[in-house]
Amino acid sequence: MDDNLLFDAIERYRNGQMDEKEILFFEELKKNNPEIDQLVAEHSFFLTELERMSEQKKLRHNLNEVENKLINEGVISGKKGKTKAKLIYLWYRYQRTIAVAAAIACIVSLSTAISISKYSENKKAAVITPLVDHKLTQFEYKLNEIEHKLNDATTSPAKPKFEANFRATGFLVDRKGYLITNAHVVQNAKNLIVENKKGEQFYAEQVYLNSATDLAILKIADTSFKQVNDLPYTFPKSAAELAEPIFTLGYPREEVVYGEGYLSAKSGYYGDTTSYQISISANPGNSGGPVINKNGEVIGIISSKETNADGVVFAIKSQSIYDALKEVKKEKDISIKMPTVNSLKGLDRVKQIKKLEDFVYKVKGN
Amino acid sequence: MKTIEQEELLLKGLAANDTDAIETIYRDNFSAIKAFIIKNNGYTDDALDVFQEAMIVLFEKAKSGSFTLSCQLQTYLYSICRRLWLKKLQKQNRFNPSIDTIEEIVPVDDEIEYHEKKNNDFLFMESALQKIGEPCKSLLEAFYLQKKSMPEIAASFGYTNADNAKTQKYKCLVRLKKIFFAKYKNKD
Repeated sequence: MDDNLLFDAIERYRNGQMDEKEILFFEELKKNNPEIDQLVAEHSFFLTELERMSEQKKLRHNLNEVENKLINEGVISGKKGKTKAKLIYLWYRYQRTIAVAAAIACIVSLSTAISISKYSENKKAAVITPLVDHKLTQFEYKLNEIEHKLNDATTSPAKPKFEANFRATGFLVDRKGYLITNAHVVQNAKNLIVENKKGEQFYAEQVYLNSATDLAILKIADTSFKQVNDLPYTFPKSAAELAEPIFTLGYPREEVVYGEGYLSAKSGYYGDTTSYQISISANPGNSGGPVINKNGEVIGIISSKETNADGVVFAIKSQSIYDALKEVKKEKDISIKMPTVNSLKGLDRVKQIKKLEDFVYKVKGN
Repeated sequence: MKTIEQEELLLKGLAANDTDAIETIYRDNFSAIKAFIIKNNGYTDDALDVFQEAMIVLFEKAKSGSFTLSCQLQTYLYSICRRLWLKKLQKQNRFNPSIDTIEEIVPVDDEIEYHEKKNNDFLFMESALQKIGEPCKSLLEAFYLQKKSMPEIAASFGYTNADNAKTQKYKCLVRLKKIFFAKYKNKD
């Protein structure tokens, strides 16, 4: 415990919190005890490094913000063009290797084609479960009802009584009120309601549904909905890396729930390359939740889990969203603008979640 | 072209972590750096990385207080970025010996060397802080970085009194120092 007192003294000495007498005494102590003198030097160095780190972290955060802002304004031309140039560079560099590899691949694929086709016939037995919570119990319904009554009492626009028979998750992709969720969540629903963290409920309608990719886009159609602040997350165009730490927010309960895990495979159910396999605890209700990496980029959307295995969850790659938006533009002439500025990068997790949770919605319907 | 006074002000702003100053420096200098890097085998992303690192070098310098610009800010930044980029190319074996320059540059090798050393310390400290876990991390941050008082910390972390919080802080501090110095002394 002596050390504790000494550290204390060093810190006060360093911060100029000692009075003259104390300083004299302390300096005398240092002079006569080389050990203490060394400890003072070491501790001061350590504290300086600690403070330096925190300041640099702040600086890095600010640099990123400025960078994003300027990229958004077009002052710094975006990161496009890079892939093309790089491809050309790589192509020149590895031209010969690629040729040889292609030849080998050709032979190998011929010889294995037969065995694979045989193998794939009997692999359909496994089951995957979509993660929609269809079992809103009587009890929960009552709770909802009470909640509604409370809400009605405080907020003015009264929502009609609404008996939801499923619950899942969705998140905003455009601040005008466009939400991404799973197709299997909404495909049989007649009425849809989304609810934010504050408990505000809005009617939503479906603008896009694709059962093949299992993606759906909803639009909040309620007049009481106002444009939200800029979305804090972005959608990467490149694929996520194996073992990358990830987290999600969702509504497996009436309350928002945080979960974290990692990317366990770059493909989904039986090699489905449009999705990832992730290891995370997901339950009915998590469907449609964003899968986010540490930089605050949405890499996927939780869709299903393997029933017979533990912790095997599948998430649709967020690249599919780009395709979905293109189709919406083409078919319905609605342009949905994805966020381009990421304000989550460099923040610690608690702050990231604070910024995020306003943009993740509960999706309910019947 | 900015006057010396304006540049001094920018440096002061940068040292205070002021986003407006940072933005001005970006607007004034980034395109030149980008042009240089793209001309020399790089991409916009590389330029962003290098420029960010140069800003950190400049930040450290500006904060040290003793630093006065001996040349235009633009020249200084350009020199640092150039050196950083050459080093990067060398590392990736993509060194292009034809890099010559008509632009004016100033010697910055000492700065870069110092920065690299300090950058390691930064990474050590960051990872050490991650390693000690919660609540240690938040506790130390609250005391040493946010400069909260012990009674405040005791209240917000739920310790019964300030002395308890202090004991806990001491234990955390010893652990953090141990991890940090273990790495620091092993780095060679």
